[in-house]
Amino acid sequence: MHISNGIIDGPVAAIFAALALAALTACVLRGRRDLDDRLAPMAGLVAAFIFAVQMLNFPIFTAGVSGHLLGGALAAMLVGPWVGALCVAVVLVVQALIFGDGGVAMLGLNITNMALLGTAAAYALIALLLRVLPRTRAGLAVTAFVAATLSVVVASQGFVLEYWLGGTTDLGNNLGGLAGTMAGVHLLIGIGEGLITATTVLTVAKVRPDLVYALRSLRTPAAPAVPVAGGVR
Amino acid sequence: MGAGHGHVLYRESDSPVHRLPPEVKIVAMVVFTLAVVATPREAFWAFGAYAVLVAVVAALARVGPRWLLSRALIELPFVLFAVALPFLGSGDRVEVLGLRLSEDGLHGAWNILAKGTLGVLASLLLAATTTTRDLIVGLDRLHCPQVLTQIATFMLRYLDVLVGEARRMRVARISRGDDPRFLWQLRGFAAGIGALFLRAFERGERVYLAMLSRGYTGRMPAMWQGEGAASAGQWLVAATVPVLAASIAATAVVLS
Repeated sequence: MHISNGIIDGPVAAIFAALALAALTACVLRGRRDLDDRLAPMAGLVAAFIFAVQMLNFPIFTAGVSGHLLGGALAAMLVGPWVGALCVAVVLVVQALIFGDGGVAMLGLNITNMALLGTAAAYALIALLLRVLPRTRAGLAVTAFVAATLSVVVASQGFVLEYWLGGTTDLGNNLGGLAGTMAGVHLLIGIGEGLITATTVLTVAKVRPDLVYALRSLRTPAAPAVPVAGGVR
Repeated sequence: MGAGHGHVLYRESDSPVHRLPPEVKIVAMVVFTLAVVATPREAFWAFGAYAVLVAVVAALARVGPRWLLSRALIELPFVLFAVALPFLGSGDRVEVLGLRLSEDGLHGAWNILAKGTLGVLASLLLAATTTTRDLIVGLDRLHCPQVLTQIATFMLRYLDVLVGEARRMRVARISRGDDPRFLWQLRGFAAGIGALFLRAFERGERVYLAMLSRGYTGRMPAMWQGEGAASAGQWLVAATVPVLAASIAATAVVLS
């Protein structure tokens, strides 16, 4: 998924860089409010986790593209959409600066696809599914799985859109094929990502439900404390 | 857990490039890459000139060509796309070794290979000469929002925690009679991934609370102490490479 230098032309990369910068600024402003004592270490761990899983790269030789797990859904689930997008963006920046994964000039495109599109799609699905599905462990697992799977496919289509706008080589009628290949391959990757996301989120929700951001708004209010007349007995 | 400040790509040395403050190197690397990407793809000589610049900086940083080139192989999956282009591209066809390839596609493949490789080499040079701690100090001095540097600090710190916990869990599995081989290793790993996450989190949370109780406010002491920030002279020295690259790019644009 990482776009390396030279795949998309300069003007389109610049437009997406501006877009990514604006969206990240919004995320910083909103994320600052979310980032409390509990979320700060979680955000760091989520970023480290995503960094580690993105190292697993599956080259797809027939199509000449590569894919890997993205982690946007996990981030949206555990730290919320704002801090989540920031986590993925930080991973991408560090990868571009010192590991050379994805070109520095293409950072705006990569952030748009993986940090913004992926996390936003995942969070929209999570918010919807958590309302519709029963509030059980199975419901949570299905939510995490579906959000992770589809968010990866959405992110991969972001690349197709960018290639259509500013690919350096005109593929002519093969663009549809590119879209199909990217969607198919990332559906497979998405299933793997969905399984990892669902297991991780389920374990965290079982042991430390207070750490799952997506469950915050749905938390059943604690039973009101019954005032005891006459003080503590 | 006495993790050092380095990372796998860092090369301990005391070269002039190592001594430059990190913010200067980050800016130089980003400007260099932008200049490379802005160069028209038909200007073959310009890419040769960029390669010479990279080689000079590598020599100054005492980074050997073998180390640099073998690490550059990580870009392989990313440039595979380039291989497909001559077959998929549209427009005029040319005969190469008996294959009818798209001329536009061939140019596109060269474009991705050259620009991708130069970008990877530039970031490898930054990685070889800058510790992760310095990288974050540099980003902070470049006024990167504190939320981002904070997440980045914890990310780099917790990577070691995650790897350490994963190793401990693997040892625990093996000592209980598990015999992990290539693919079957994945099953045990996948089943334990939630536990790994929680263990790493609880370890990280303890570290974080210990940091808070010792006065951590979101920035590491190295950042607000402000020592070692780049002087005007250092900015000038480091500016040579990006300025040269930018003039090469400008010449190439004018000539094309």
